[in-house]
Amino acid sequence: MTLLNDPPSGLITGTGSRLVAEEPERFRVHRDAMTSPAVLTEEQRRIFDHNWLYVGHESEIENPGDYVRRQVGGRPLFMVRGAKSNQVNVFHNSCTHRGAVVCRRDQGNAKVFQCFYHAWTFDSEGKLSGVPDREAYGNLDWEGLGLKRVARVASYRGFVFCCYDPDVVELETYLADAKDYLDLVVDAAPAGMEILRGTNEYGIDANWKLLVENSIDGYHAVSTHDTYFKYLVALGTDVSGGVDGVGRSLGNGHAVIDYRAPWGRPIAKWEPLFGDAARVEIDRLRAELTERFGEARARWMCEHNRNLLVYPNLIINDIQAVTVRTFMPVAVDRMIVTAWELAPRNEEPDVRQRRLDSFLTFLGPGGFATPDDVEALESCQQGFASGGVEWNDISRGMARPPAANDEAQMRAFWRRWRDDMDRDDLRSMP
Amino acid sequence: MSAPPQEVTGTVTRAEVEDLLFLEAELLDNWDLDTWLTLYTEDAHYVIPATDTHDGDPAADLVLIDDDRLRMTARVERLNSRKAHREYPHSNLRHLVSNVRVGAVDGSSDDPEFPVRANFVVYRARNGKDVSFVGSYEYRLVQRDGQLRIRSKRVMLDMTSLRPANDVAIIL
Ligand code: FES
Ligand SMILES: [Fe+2]
Repeated sequence: MTLLNDPPSGLITGTGSRLVAEEPERFRVHRDAMTSPAVLTEEQRRIFDHNWLYVGHESEIENPGDYVRRQVGGRPLFMVRGAKSNQVNVFHNSCTHRGAVVCRRDQGNAKVFQCFYHAWTFDSEGKLSGVPDREAYGNLDWEGLGLKRVARVASYRGFVFCCYDPDVVELETYLADAKDYLDLVVDAAPAGMEILRGTNEYGIDANWKLLVENSIDGYHAVSTHDTYFKYLVALGTDVSGGVDGVGRSLGNGHAVIDYRAPWGRPIAKWEPLFGDAARVEIDRLRAELTERFGEARARWMCEHNRNLLVYPNLIINDIQAVTVRTFMPVAVDRMIVTAWELAPRNEEPDVRQRRLDSFLTFLGPGGFATPDDVEALESCQQGFASGGVEWNDISRGMARPPAANDEAQMRAFWRRWRDDMDRDDLRSMP
Repeated sequence: MSAPPQEVTGTVTRAEVEDLLFLEAELLDNWDLDTWLTLYTEDAHYVIPATDTHDGDPAADLVLIDDDRLRMTARVERLNSRKAHREYPHSNLRHLVSNVRVGAVDGSSDDPEFPVRANFVVYRARNGKDVSFVGSYEYRLVQRDGQLRIRSKRVMLDMTSLRPANDVAIIL
């Protein structure tokens, strides 16, 4: 293609600035950013090897020895609560002997992790504890042959992140103002939040960055999701108010749209489709949050929907329900998506049922909205193949204070992406 | 004390069950979804658990689909509307149903239920891409006005994730 004539070993310096073009009232992204295999190769190095990435939620590994297996930034890892330390450990899921995957189930509880190939055994803190025929080795480096920890692991209010770059800034510094939005989600649940059983694991034949944009795109809601709004109306929701709010950058590529919408929220905005039984509980939740946080913050927590992007590939949307969604490219035109449902512990059953309903009807890949997002993203990717048009336009809202249906939040992502892709000091991480 | 339980009786042949299941498959393949709905009782449920939790309980766990009759109707309206963009134009579908097994009658004596298991493959072809869904159906069938009807259908996907098929906008 025109912009990228380098050997596949790397992109020329300034690739980000060549693909993201910003003028005073015009912001464009070159479609090579979504179609070039060379860009994808460099994203793996410059983005996924150097930024904090979401691993999982602490509620998934409550007890010592509990573990979950994950793909993070394209690499197989597992997260386990150490039996001795009670800490969250995140290990590269590869035997230090000759490479086999050590943790071979998606989740469970284990005292030890034994590699089946030659039966080396590791404990939940990663320590090598058993090697058959150890005499054959003389002085085996037991310390050095423990499971390899991911370079950096940290957790913010239950959300566990890791980074392959040992020199990355602290997680809290990295999260910048996204922390406030994570706080809003967590503070709303006095007994804490938990990930529910059941995972949405789906796929989209489109570049991963299209789902970044789509997850924080207020502009498409009415046009793409007509059938979802019709469903809400059929259930008695008044949708005449529409969507009203702001889009903002939260620093370091993180961004949010923060808005009011017609639908109900289990914390804590009642709608007729919730039924009268749930009304008492929702009013009580609202009163309790007002008591704890004051009128203004409680209103923000209860009435505002917040689609949050934590750069580069974590979405936490606190809307009709709360989704925790992450996705990774497996090709320039394909991504895999994993989404979990986050909910308050000990939620009243009527409210929990409405929350579950809302998640699967709006956010689920078998619902009334997400399949149409999948279609939209695939349609864009197919459109790119036509050529002729080189640039996407992401200027909406540059001429006014950005609303939730503008594109300021997407520009925040792209500016950080541009800067990451411009850097030439980012090496591949082991 | 309630009355001693009465023995639940009732019979249905595998041929009768297969007639219903094959009719359902044909209606889905033909996108005749309004007629498809008439095969279900008023209190029907249609559920697809998540691919990682086959025992998923729609009242507690995240599942892929949890439709009561109201939501089944909404789903049909959506798919008929031309605004379900993922399914407009509609996919070419082929539901293959086999290995049908009818279990022992249960339920209550005045409304016997017939548990049925079957295996399926559903092929979906659209826009140059062909995908398949593989798994088993768990039905509970009842008699309504002399007709065999579906009170519940639970679809257990064998795929370890939905990824090979991307999404499940169609009815399985
Ligand atoms: S590869 Fe694990 S014990 Fe040999
Ligand atoms: Fe959408």
